[in-house]
Amino acid sequence: MAACMSANRSENAFSANDLVPEWAQEEVSTGTTIMAVEFDGGVVIGADSRTTTGAYIANRVTDKLTPIHDHIFCCRSGSAADTQAVADAVTYQLGFHSIELDEPPLVQTAANLFKQMCYRYREELMAGIIVAGWDKRKGGQVYTVPMGGMIVRQPVSVGGSGSSYIYGFMDSNYKPGMTKEECLHFCTQALTLAMERDGSSGGVARLAAITEDGVERRVVLGNQLPKFSNV
Amino acid sequence: IKYKKKKKEWQTATTIIAVEFNGGVVLGSDSRVSAGETVVNRVMNKLSLLHDKIYCALSGSAADAQTIAEMVNYQLDVHSIEIGEDPQVRSAATLVKNISYKYKEELSAHLIVAGWDRRGGGQVFVTLNGLLSRQPFAVGGSGSSYVYGFVDAEYQKGMSKEDCQQFVVNTISLAMSRDGSSGGVAYLVTIDEKGAEEKCILGNELPTFYDQ
Repeated sequence: MAACMSANRSENAFSANDLVPEWAQEEVSTGTTIMAVEFDGGVVIGADSRTTTGAYIANRVTDKLTPIHDHIFCCRSGSAADTQAVADAVTYQLGFHSIELDEPPLVQTAANLFKQMCYRYREELMAGIIVAGWDKRKGGQVYTVPMGGMIVRQPVSVGGSGSSYIYGFMDSNYKPGMTKEECLHFCTQALTLAMERDGSSGGVARLAAITEDGVERRVVLGNQLPKFSNV
Repeated sequence: IKYKKKKKEWQTATTIIAVEFNGGVVLGSDSRVSAGETVVNRVMNKLSLLHDKIYCALSGSAADAQTIAEMVNYQLDVHSIEIGEDPQVRSAATLVKNISYKYKEELSAHLIVAGWDRRGGGQVFVTLNGLLSRQPFAVGGSGSSYVYGFVDAEYQKGMSKEDCQQFVVNTISLAMSRDGSSGGVAYLVTIDEKGAEEKCILGNELPTFYDQ
């Protein structure tokens, strides 16, 4: 695709602080691609692995799929610091709640904890989070908590900067009633397409399947990703 | 002298696509023209004729895009009379590129030029920001962001004319359902050796996907 050759970045020749390199002055962001899909019996979640500070890739093997509880994960996008802080806080709150309840917590509870925090501090935070997991009451569930702090349950959800490019693919290729393997394949393809188009997404594709039996994690390395090139 | 407040500029923030197949091209576009939040024209045909077998797809500022298309239409007419035969698609694309590049600071329009000529068959050219590049297919406009993944996955080399038409209609339909600045009806133009065939597909006849 024809690229805009001129990067209209507002970096001046005279930076404010010449002692520190340019990229160290930028905030660390997980400009990213994350997604989650429900299937009968669980969920499949996926993310790329790139963390950027401006144009520098601070971490090319990031793990953006963060466990919140045994059967509940969250996919983080936006500011790395903000999402890590929120995820840590929710992990603590949910662990405490689960001990009080003496039962595994519900995915909806975890999602609402995220929502409460993201909504209360909406002006200060830059965090787009997808909460996904399995519980006994409703099976596999995906809740998306985008920036601003709303919450909605969706059978399939994408997020992060790379998500714009795969809405069309998601709309046309998602079918309700897919199996776990089909969901994993769908996620791998979607992440690959987004990583190919979005400069802030890349690296390896991390996937996880959460079911009643537990969590199964997979990594698809760069050279093993499906090829869509037409050259 | 009274200073009038400038009206919101009319944008064809849009979805446009052009695909080559063996023996011709298919161009597609939505039909929405917006000025801010208002839709000022919901049935605009953004596939503009440059010559009998060369069309261009407009996106960006409506005024800029239309003006470029009209200027190139005139220049191509003169050129084709001078050479005494149908112009090449590359010539039309070069004329568009020259205007886009010379006035790149003032203009904000992106035209995709596509057509058929005897020498090269079906060709698609991209003229974004004043570059010139031939591609097997091209998408443009604000709605194109949402369908990059879809076109990357679904495009195959060597599709037939009908496959290309279906591919274009599917892409436009998906983009229209996600992009607020694209909508209305879908216009299709198929150009091959025999000429150009225009088609309009109404909103309720467009393909639907999950969630619709």
